[in-house]
Amino acid sequence: MSTDTMGSTPLIQARNLGRSFGSRRNKIWAVDDVSFQVSRGEILCLVGESGCGKTTTGKVIAGLYKPSSGEVLFEGRNIWEMEKKEFKRYRTAVQLIHQDPYASLNPMQTIYDIITAPLFRHNLVSSRAHAWQRCIELFHIVGLTPPEDLLRKHPHELSGGQRQRVSVARALTVNPSFIVADEAVSMVDVSIRVSLLTMLGRLRDEFGVTFLFITHDLALAKYFAWEGRIAVMYVGNISEVADSPRLVNDALHPYTQALLSAVPEADPKLTRGKERIPLRSQDIPSLLDLPTGCHFHPRCPRFVEGLCDVERPVLVDTGDGRQVACHLVARERGLG
Amino acid sequence: MATSTTIKALPWSKGNVENALLSVRDVHIEYWAERGQVKATRGVDFDIFPGESLSLIGESGCGKTTLGLGLIRLLVKTADITQGQVIYRQAGVAQDILTLGAEEMRQFRWQDCAMVFQAAQSAFNPVLRIRDQMYETVKAHRATTRAEVEQVGSQLLTRVQLDPARVLNCYPHELSGGMRQRTLIAMALLLNPPLIILDEPTTALDILTQRTIIDLLRALQSDMHFAMMFISHDLSLAAELADHVATMYAGRIVEFGTVNQIFYEPRHPYTLGLIKAVPTVTGGFEDLTSIAGTPPDLIDLPSGCKFHIRCPFATERCKEEEPDLAHIGPEHAVACFHWQEVEKQADRSWDSIQTARGEEE
Amino acid sequence: MTEDAVRSTTVYQRTAKDILLGFLRGVADFFRLMARNRIGFIGFIVVVLYFVVSFVGPSVLPVDSTTKIDRIFEPPSWQHPLGMDHQGRDVFSQVVNGGRDVLLTSLLTAALTTIIGIVLGALSGVAGGGVDSFLSMLSDILMAVPRFPLLIVLAGLINVSSMLVLALILAVLGWTSLYRNIRAQVLSLRERDYIEAAVTLDLGTWHIISKEILPNMMSYIAISFAFSITSAIYQQVGLVLLGLVPFSSQNWGVMINIAWTRGAIFYRDAAVYILAPVFTIAFFQLAMVWMTRSLEEVFNPRLRGRS
Repeated sequence: MSTDTMGSTPLIQARNLGRSFGSRRNKIWAVDDVSFQVSRGEILCLVGESGCGKTTTGKVIAGLYKPSSGEVLFEGRNIWEMEKKEFKRYRTAVQLIHQDPYASLNPMQTIYDIITAPLFRHNLVSSRAHAWQRCIELFHIVGLTPPEDLLRKHPHELSGGQRQRVSVARALTVNPSFIVADEAVSMVDVSIRVSLLTMLGRLRDEFGVTFLFITHDLALAKYFAWEGRIAVMYVGNISEVADSPRLVNDALHPYTQALLSAVPEADPKLTRGKERIPLRSQDIPSLLDLPTGCHFHPRCPRFVEGLCDVERPVLVDTGDGRQVACHLVARERGLG
Repeated sequence: MATSTTIKALPWSKGNVENALLSVRDVHIEYWAERGQVKATRGVDFDIFPGESLSLIGESGCGKTTLGLGLIRLLVKTADITQGQVIYRQAGVAQDILTLGAEEMRQFRWQDCAMVFQAAQSAFNPVLRIRDQMYETVKAHRATTRAEVEQVGSQLLTRVQLDPARVLNCYPHELSGGMRQRTLIAMALLLNPPLIILDEPTTALDILTQRTIIDLLRALQSDMHFAMMFISHDLSLAAELADHVATMYAGRIVEFGTVNQIFYEPRHPYTLGLIKAVPTVTGGFEDLTSIAGTPPDLIDLPSGCKFHIRCPFATERCKEEEPDLAHIGPEHAVACFHWQEVEKQADRSWDSIQTARGEEE
Repeated sequence: MTEDAVRSTTVYQRTAKDILLGFLRGVADFFRLMARNRIGFIGFIVVVLYFVVSFVGPSVLPVDSTTKIDRIFEPPSWQHPLGMDHQGRDVFSQVVNGGRDVLLTSLLTAALTTIIGIVLGALSGVAGGGVDSFLSMLSDILMAVPRFPLLIVLAGLINVSSMLVLALILAVLGWTSLYRNIRAQVLSLRERDYIEAAVTLDLGTWHIISKEILPNMMSYIAISFAFSITSAIYQQVGLVLLGLVPFSSQNWGVMINIAWTRGAIFYRDAAVYILAPVFTIAFFQLAMVWMTRSLEEVFNPRLRGRS
């Protein structure tokens, strides 16, 4: 499965990606075995609870961590096997937007310094005048006004929402084709979140930027990826991938179903009337002592002994554009 | 110290003010910052009745956490409650919390009103095991034995779905975030207080853990009949657990109503904007919008209604006069001159309301 | 935004006048920030005075080198505020002249120590692995050895002929604590989000160290520099006092040495002669310590740019 619907190589591919931390004796596999692909201009949301490995996956894709197993392919080439020049190209083509607006900008620099550093470094501007102009253009794209004022300020003088926009502007300086947004709106006020998401959506519509949007908020994932896909992660593995409307209305994997039934909604009648799927256990698995077979089996309401606790299910195609990693679903649908 | 505990009634309160558990009237809290005086709350009024849940919704900088801390008088030294009354009624006796002495205040805290803080880690003493912490907490309020605390503590921990045998022996850092939050809730109930204040109880928790906490609080409240006040920016928490909701903006309550009124019949532009900015998961695709602009600087507040700069319903009057909470329906009050306009446009999307506004001008 | 508006902004149009104004504004800013802390400001002014007196003073008040037997150990008077030494020479002028060598050597030592500490610390933090292990081990060994006795031994072995050699020896023995702290800070800063951003933006290791990491440690480096000076003074004066370092006569440490060996401690009237350099040094050290209180404020951008 290495081509997308248009028949060309997908922009980013993760193949059996794994990433561990710690010493030889105490290894924690934050990401166990993750495979997915994202085509140009597409939006893929990576959704999961804390500790599921979604942030680590994002950072591996962005080239900040080397995979402990598996590979990351950019335009079909393994990034860690690339030559220096190619790797440099990949480096600037894939950017990361961080979660915490208070940690993603160097407090000692002015916004002008922050934005122009990559511009000057990569010779993308010919003079200071040109740099100044480019800053104003970028600010326009990300919706920051007034540019002249803000450029002279230090990060602590800006609000959280403004800082996130500066982060995006900084990422845009190198004309990336792929942006990993790691909980990019989680630490911003609710009333401003949607405008940030809209701005990111415009980047896709107008500049063809591809997105990997990481979040723990199902509602945001559903909204942002409405025209894209959502991949649900659980303790280091992907359990289900589907397009947004189908994932929230017709989830296949028991974990996704549990999440959807459990998530509190901002609508009293909807949320109080929801049917809750009870789980077998409240315990979140520890990464040091992972359950055998399917990682979800100790909590799964559909657990079948002898099957689910023995073999780890792999992600299989359902034939209608979705993927799921569950023995029972595979059985029911006569798959893999 | 004999002080007046008679206060005016709020026409939108669901019952007689004499039956309310906690009545907050005209509370003003200010604190000193380098740039000037921050007016964190500017006249907050509400009643909480026994056994019910009130949710205080607002975003960062609206003053809700300051209010929560102010109610149990745990504000920092640079903060001052400059005005107002907080009347607490229990067993037929009414007291103004703001006039209590240090010792009486200490008794009030935890025994009458417990608070579950936001940062679950820092609410614990890191060098004490949970069982010791529980013992210290109870002992500070009344005579007790370790055996008694052990028993009550175990019961409560079981109720919050934790294993007492394991948790009692643990140090706080040995518990996960969700477990700590549940332990905090259990500790809050040790003395069976009639009122619990929770500050962002589910923020930073996983979906499944949030679900556990929410179901827990619901069950506990139904068993033990305490009143709850939540302070949160999370609308879904209010949707789950609240009987009444108050939205706060720039230090004041701008709308107060039952949970259905706030979510389905919002009458304040800020409430409307907020509802329209928060997506649901299983509720289909909604057209969402943000409220343009940012919350006002609490040191240098604008004139008139503090929301007028961002408000698509604002008129000249809004720039000069600040509206007070007005009774507009059964248990429903709103601080806006144009609430009827909001009622008419409530079904339209925020964007279309804003563009229509732009065209008018 | 019109072309003219873009051109008229001063951020990129830097004439000589702009640079000068910027510099003056920077100096004014520096003074303003130092003044935020009263004690720190007092310390700062005293330190500045010391430097001015020590470098400008000698031309104004040269050393009195004529021996006057009738004025040996004369107590303080209006013309000679600190009295006379064992040869009837004015003590005050000796104090004024005695600072230059001491301060210069200390500055040099502090500069060398700071440079070594930063370079090695950043190297350790960024390179990691074997380089880090080796440097850490080296610094641990150096730290474990008692410094002053080692200094004494070295001073005996090496011919300390000039300021530079002394400064080098002091720096080579003294870089360890700064190294450790720089290394620790680099290791922690490395994990910061904005450093990760600098990596994905491919800004380069040199840029990351000099523009992203080091500026965040400036206040620490400045304070460390100040304490390097005080430490260098003590060590120097100690060596000179013990007579281990052959130096020119105009030096506070030498003054103490001579005062002591020439019997100033036996004459009550001569107390001033031996105490003068001692207190001079002590006050300078105190002023330095006070000054560090203000230094932190200077490097905090949250406080800059407010009128």
